Amino acid sequence: MPELVVEAERTTQTTAPTGRFFQRFTRSQRTLHAVLFTTFLGLAATGLPLRFSESIWARGLAGFVGGFGAILFVHKFCALALTVAFLVHVKDLVTRAFARHEKGIFWGATSMVANWKDVKDIVGHMRWMVGLGPKPKFERYAYWEKFDYWAVFWGMMVIGFSGYAMWFAPFFAHFLPGWALNAVLVIHSEEGLLAILFIFSIHFVNTHLRPDSFPMDMVIFTGVESEEEFKHKRPLEYQRLAAEGKLEAKLGEKPQSWYVRFAKVVGFTAITIGVVLLILTLTAYFG
Amino acid sequence: MTDANAHKIGVDGDKFGKSVHGGFKCNDCHADIKEYPHPDKPAKVQCATCHSDQEAKLKGSVHGDGNEHPCTSCHGDAHSIFPKADARSTVYPLNVPSTCGKCHGNDGMAQKHGLASVYPKYVDSIHGFALNKEGLLVAANCQSCHGSHGILSRKDPKSPTNKANIPNTCGTCHAKINMEYMDGAHGKAIASGKMKAPVCTDCHTAHQILQPTESEFRMQSTPICGSCHKDKLSTYRDTFHSQLGSLGGYVETARCWDCHGAHDIRGKNDPASPIHAANLVTTCGRCHRGANVQFVQYQPHANAHDRKLNPALYFVRLFMNLLLAGTLTFFVIHTILWLVRSRYDQVKSKSNGGNHA
Repeated sequence: MPELVVEAERTTQTTAPTGRFFQRFTRSQRTLHAVLFTTFLGLAATGLPLRFSESIWARGLAGFVGGFGAILFVHKFCALALTVAFLVHVKDLVTRAFARHEKGIFWGATSMVANWKDVKDIVGHMRWMVGLGPKPKFERYAYWEKFDYWAVFWGMMVIGFSGYAMWFAPFFAHFLPGWALNAVLVIHSEEGLLAILFIFSIHFVNTHLRPDSFPMDMVIFTGVESEEEFKHKRPLEYQRLAAEGKLEAKLGEKPQSWYVRFAKVVGFTAITIGVVLLILTLTAYFG
Repeated sequence: MTDANAHKIGVDGDKFGKSVHGGFKCNDCHADIKEYPHPDKPAKVQCATCHSDQEAKLKGSVHGDGNEHPCTSCHGDAHSIFPKADARSTVYPLNVPSTCGKCHGNDGMAQKHGLASVYPKYVDSIHGFALNKEGLLVAANCQSCHGSHGILSRKDPKSPTNKANIPNTCGTCHAKINMEYMDGAHGKAIASGKMKAPVCTDCHTAHQILQPTESEFRMQSTPICGSCHKDKLSTYRDTFHSQLGSLGGYVETARCWDCHGAHDIRGKNDPASPIHAANLVTTCGRCHRGANVQFVQYQPHANAHDRKLNPALYFVRLFMNLLLAGTLTFFVIHTILWLVRSRYDQVKSKSNGGNHA
C-alpha cells in the first residue's frame, strides 16, 4: 500500500466515551426496517427455490420454508406486507413534504436525494481507500446509504410491479403487450437476484461487518448511537448540529441492555439466514 | 397313490385325478415305462406328442432353448396341471405374473440374460395393481402383451412388443386411445416408418406404467418429452410453469401434455390442435381463469437468448444482466478496498473499533 495520507483530525476516533447517546432513527423508521428485512428474508427464502428450481437444494428449501403449496402463499403474504410498508413510507414522505412542508426531504444536508457532494464523496472516499487523499467527512446520509435506500426503492417498484403482473396476469394482459408477460418473469427474477446478492453481501459488509461497525451496527435496532461513534462516522452532521445549537435536541437515552441483547439475537439471526441464502445462491449460480 | 400291485407312486392321486390330465393313465405320458422296477432314468415326457402346436411355437420363441423342462417351468407340477380358466392353474390370468416372475423377478436370472428384473416393476404398475389388488381378469398380464408359447424378442419385427407393433398391442385393450394416437403426429410418423417417434411405451414405460394423473407420472413426464424435444424443454425450463413444477409437490402446473394433448398431439397450424391460435384462450383458460386474447400472447417457449425470435425479451434480459453485473462489480471492488483500508487504519491506531450502543 502506498504511503497513506495521515488524517488531520484523527482525534475524532480516539476520544474518550462521553456516555451520551444521540437519536438517529425514529421508532417508525426502525419498524419499517424490521418489516423490510423480515419480509425480504421470507421473499428470498421462498423465491430462491423457484429461481433455482433445478438446483439440488431447491426442493429441500421449498419444503423447509412452508412445504409445497405453501411456498407461494408465504411469498405472496410477504409481498403484500412489504407493499403495505412501502405505501406507508410513501404516504409518510408525501405528508412530510406537502402537508408539513419539510424541505429537507428533497434537498439539503439531511435529504436522501443525491447531490454534488455525494459525487465528490464517492471519488474522495475511493481515493482515500487507496491512500491518495483524506477521508471525506460524511453528512447525515453517506452516498452508499443513499444508494442502499434508492436501490431498495427502485427494487421494490420493479420487483413489486413485475410480481403483481404475474400474480394477476390475465388482468395485466389488458394493458401490457404480449412480450411483457414473458419479460416480467425475467425482470422479477433478475432484479430479485440482484437484491439478494446485494443485500446479503454488500449491505451486510458496508453497514454491519466493516471494521468500524463490526460485528453489527445496532443503531437500526436501538435508534441511538454513542457520541464518539456519531462524531467518527458523520463528522459533518455532528459539526453542523453543534454549530446550529441543535445537538442537545438530538440527545437520546442509552438503550436498555435487555433490548440490545434481544436486538442482537434478531440481527444475527437475520444475518445468518442471509448468508446461508447467499451461499446457496452462489452454489446454484456457479454450480 | 398306489398302482394295481400296491407299489407306492410319489404322485398325489387325489390332486392328479382332478387335474386336466386326470383321466389319463401313467403310461399315456410315461410311454417308456413298461415294467417294474423302472429303468434308472425314465425318459423325459414329450408333451409335444399331444401339444404339437404349442411345441412348435415354443421352439421358435425366446424360451425355445431352455435347459429346464420347457412346459413345467410355467405350467407347474406335471401331475397337477389345470386349464388356464381354472383359478388353480399357474397360467390363470391372476397367476401369470407370479409364474413369470419366478424367473423375471429374479436379479440373478435377469442378469444372466441381460434382462431387466421386470416383475417388481409390473407389480407396482397400474396393470399390476388392477390385477393383484382388484383381481381384474381383463387387466393386462405378461402374456397379454408378450403372448405365451411363441414369445419373441422385441427386436423381432413379428413380436407384439416390437416398436412398430406396440400401438396395436396396447390398442387391443386401449382401442380409442390407439385411434387418437394414430390421428396424431406421433402415430402418423410411426405409420410412415419414422421409428424415432414415440410409441406408448416410450412415454408410459413398458412395465412400470403409472396412472397418468398421479404426481409421480406428472413429475417424470416432462423430461421424457424433452429427451427428443430438447430445445423446447430448455425454453420450458425458463418459465414459471417449470420452476414451480420442478419443486415436487406442484403437480398442477402445466406440463407438456396439458397444453399439447397427449395421444393426438398435433402441430400448431392444425385447427384441431389445442395450441392452434384459435384454441389458446380455451387451452390456457383451463388453468388460468380469466384468460383472454391478450393473455395468450404469452409465449410458453420464449427464448430470452434469441435476439431474432424474441427481441424485446432479449434486450430486457441483457439490460437486467448488465445492471446486475455492473452494480455488483462496482460494489464488490468498493467494499473490498474499503475493508482493507479501514482495517489498516484500525490496526495502525490500535483502536478496537467503534463502541456500539
